[in-house]
Amino acid sequence: MSASPHEGHGDLLVEVRDLVKHFPIRSGLLQRQVGAVQAVDGVSFDIFRGETLGLVGESGCGKSTTARLLTRLLDPTAGSISFGGRDIAGMSRRELKPLRRDMQMVFQDPYSSLNPRKTVGSIISEPFIIHEVEKDKAKRKLRVQGLMEQVGLNPEHYNRYPHEFSGGQRQRIGVARAIALKPKMIVADEPVSALDVSIQAQILNLLRDLQADLDLTLVFIAHDLSVVRHMCDRVAVMYLGKIVELAGADELYAAPRHPYTGALLSAVPVPDPAKARASKRQILGGDVPSPSNPPSACRFHTRCPKFVPGHCDVEEPLLDEKAPNDLAACHYPLTDEELASDAIQTAG
Amino acid sequence: MALLEVRDLKVHFDTEDGVVKAVDGVSYSLDPGQTLGIVGESGSGKSVSSLTVMGLSRSRDARISGEVVFDGQELLGASNEEMRKLRGEQIAMIFQDPLSSLHPFYKIGKQLAEAVRVHRDVSKAAALDRAAELLGLVGIADPRGRLETYPHEMSGGMRQRVMIAMALVNDPKLLIADEPTTALDVTVQAQILELLIKLRDELDTAIIIITHDLGVVAQMADDIAVMYSGRIIEHAPAQTIFSNPQHPYTWGLLKSIPRLDVARDEELVPIAGRPPSLIQRPSGCHFHPRCPYVREAHKTVDPDLVAVPGPADHQVRCLLPAETRERLWAELRSGANPEQAKERVPLPEEVARP
Repeated sequence: MSASPHEGHGDLLVEVRDLVKHFPIRSGLLQRQVGAVQAVDGVSFDIFRGETLGLVGESGCGKSTTARLLTRLLDPTAGSISFGGRDIAGMSRRELKPLRRDMQMVFQDPYSSLNPRKTVGSIISEPFIIHEVEKDKAKRKLRVQGLMEQVGLNPEHYNRYPHEFSGGQRQRIGVARAIALKPKMIVADEPVSALDVSIQAQILNLLRDLQADLDLTLVFIAHDLSVVRHMCDRVAVMYLGKIVELAGADELYAAPRHPYTGALLSAVPVPDPAKARASKRQILGGDVPSPSNPPSACRFHTRCPKFVPGHCDVEEPLLDEKAPNDLAACHYPLTDEELASDAIQTAG
Repeated sequence: MALLEVRDLKVHFDTEDGVVKAVDGVSYSLDPGQTLGIVGESGSGKSVSSLTVMGLSRSRDARISGEVVFDGQELLGASNEEMRKLRGEQIAMIFQDPLSSLHPFYKIGKQLAEAVRVHRDVSKAAALDRAAELLGLVGIADPRGRLETYPHEMSGGMRQRVMIAMALVNDPKLLIADEPTTALDVTVQAQILELLIKLRDELDTAIIIITHDLGVVAQMADDIAVMYSGRIIEHAPAQTIFSNPQHPYTWGLLKSIPRLDVARDEELVPIAGRPPSLIQRPSGCHFHPRCPYVREAHKTVDPDLVAVPGPADHQVRCLLPAETRERLWAELRSGANPEQAKERVPLPEEVARP
C-alpha cells in the first residue's frame, strides 16, 4: 500500500504503518478492562525530510495521540514507526534516549509546559545537560543565549522566571528548548491556539523561519484549518482515530475529496462579510461519535451527506488515490461537479 | 428608539497593584433585532463591558460610571433586586464554557424549568413544557427525553445548545453571547452560529456577540466594534470594517490571521509587541508602542473616537490624517507590508520637540 503521494519529495524521515493506540477503560473492583478508547486506530503515513506535515481534525480525532506516539511519549498498542530507518515503536526508554535529541516537541500551553521554579536559562539549558552535550557551564550559557536571540528573546533575560514573560514569549522559550539540540524533527501540538490573535502570527513566522534556517522537518498539529493551510506542505485529516484524507495542501484546500474534509472547510468562518453571507455553508448535523464505540466500517457514515446504506456502514474504505497527490478513504469521494457547485465552498 | 444605549461607560477596579481600567469610556447603541460584534484580545475590556450591562461586575472594588439605558430604564443605578428581575428575563447571557455554566448535579430539565419559574408564576409541568419546547427550538432531538439527562451526559455542542435554550426561555429582548463558540469544534461552531442567526431572525432578539475571531463576527454581525485597552478604537458596519478599516490595529488583526480565501503563500504580518497592561497604560494613543506608523506627537496626545468622512457610520480613534490612512490601507490591501507602505505613503512631518 502506498501511504503517501511522493511527487517532488525528498528522502523519507518517518514511516508510520498501521499505528494503533487504544486506551483501556477499566471498571469494577478488579479494574477489569471493559472496553477501549480507540484513540488512534490504524494510521499509516510518511514524513519527508524538510517538509511540514499538518495533522488536522476535531477534538477526539486522535491527532494529539498521534503526535505523542510519533515522539514516543506514549507507547503504541500496535504498528510500526520507522524514524531515520530504525523502528522506534518497540524501543525501550534507554534505547530511545539518544534518539530523543532528534525529535522534539512544542506544546500547546506555554503556561503549564515550563517549570515555574526554574529560570529561563536553566529551562533552555536542560537539553544540553540531559544529553551531556555541553558540559562547560560558561559555554553552555553562551549557547543558550544564542538560542534566546534566535527565537527573538532578549538574552539578558537569562535569569528571569517564566511568569515574567507573556504567553507569546513563553512559547518562544518552548521553541528555543525544542531546537536546542538541532533536532531533525519538531512536532508542534497546537502551538498557537492558546495565544492572542495578534501574537499567533509571530510564532507561526518564527517556526517557518527556523524551519528554513535549520532544515527542520515539522509536524504541525492544529484544529484551525486556516493556520494549517498557511504552514503545511501536506495535510492529513483525521476523524475518530483514522486518517480520512491525506493530500498536498494545495490539492486538499482547492478540491477536498473526502466529504468530511469538505464539511470541515465549509465550516471555517471566512473573515469577509460579503463572502461569508453569500456562500451556502454545508453544515454537518450531530456530534462526533464516541471513540470507545465508533461506527462500523467508514466511521464518518453516521454524519455523511453522501452515506449509502449497505455499503459505507459495511465495507471499510481504504485510503487510496482519488485525485493526483490526494488520498482519501471514501467509497463516494466528492466529484469535480460537486466541488464546482456551491455546496462546498473552497479557497481555490 | 434604541433598545440599549451605553454612554461613556467606565469600569475601574481598585487592586493592590493600582487601578485597573478595564473599561474606559465605551459608548454604543443597539436596536431591536440588531447584532453588534465586539472584537478584541484578552484584556481589551470586551467581556467586562458586557458583564457590566448585565450588572455582573458590581463589587466593592469596582468603580462604575457612565450610563446604560435598556428599554428606557437606567441600569447602572438599578438595585440588585431590579437587576435580578431583568436578568434572564429581558437580558440573557451565554458564556464560553457551557460545562462550567451548567450545574453538574441537576438534570437539564430541572435547570431549564428553574429559569422559567424564577421569572414566571407557572406550574412545574408548564415550565417543563416550555423547557422541552426550547430544546426543540435549538435543534435537540427528543427534547422530552433530554430533560432527564445530566450535563455530563452531553457533548460540548449539545451543552451550548442547552445554554442557548436557557437564555431564550423567557424571550429576552437582548442576548449577550460571550465567546459562544470558542470552546467548540469548527463543525459544531458552524451549527451554533447558524442557530443564533436563525433565532435572531425568527425572534427579533438583539445580540451582542463578543469574540476574538473576526471570522465569527463577519458572518453574523451588523456592526462591529474593535476594542483595545479598554476602549473602542474602531466602530463601523461589518462590511466596512473588512473593506475599509481605518485603524492600524484593525489592519494588524486582518493581516495577521491566515485565511482560506487568500493565496496560500501570503505572508502573515504580526503585530509587534503585546497588548498593554491595564494598570500602566501607554501615554498618548494606547496603541502607539505597537503601531508601525507612530509619530512623536502620538506618544502624548490621546485621540478621540471621531467620525470617518464618508457615507458609512464609521468611527475611529487614530491621530493619522484620514487621507494618509486611506493610502496606507490601499498599500496594505495590495500586499505591501507596513515597512513598504510607510516608504510609499508620506507620514505627517515630525514636529520637533520643545
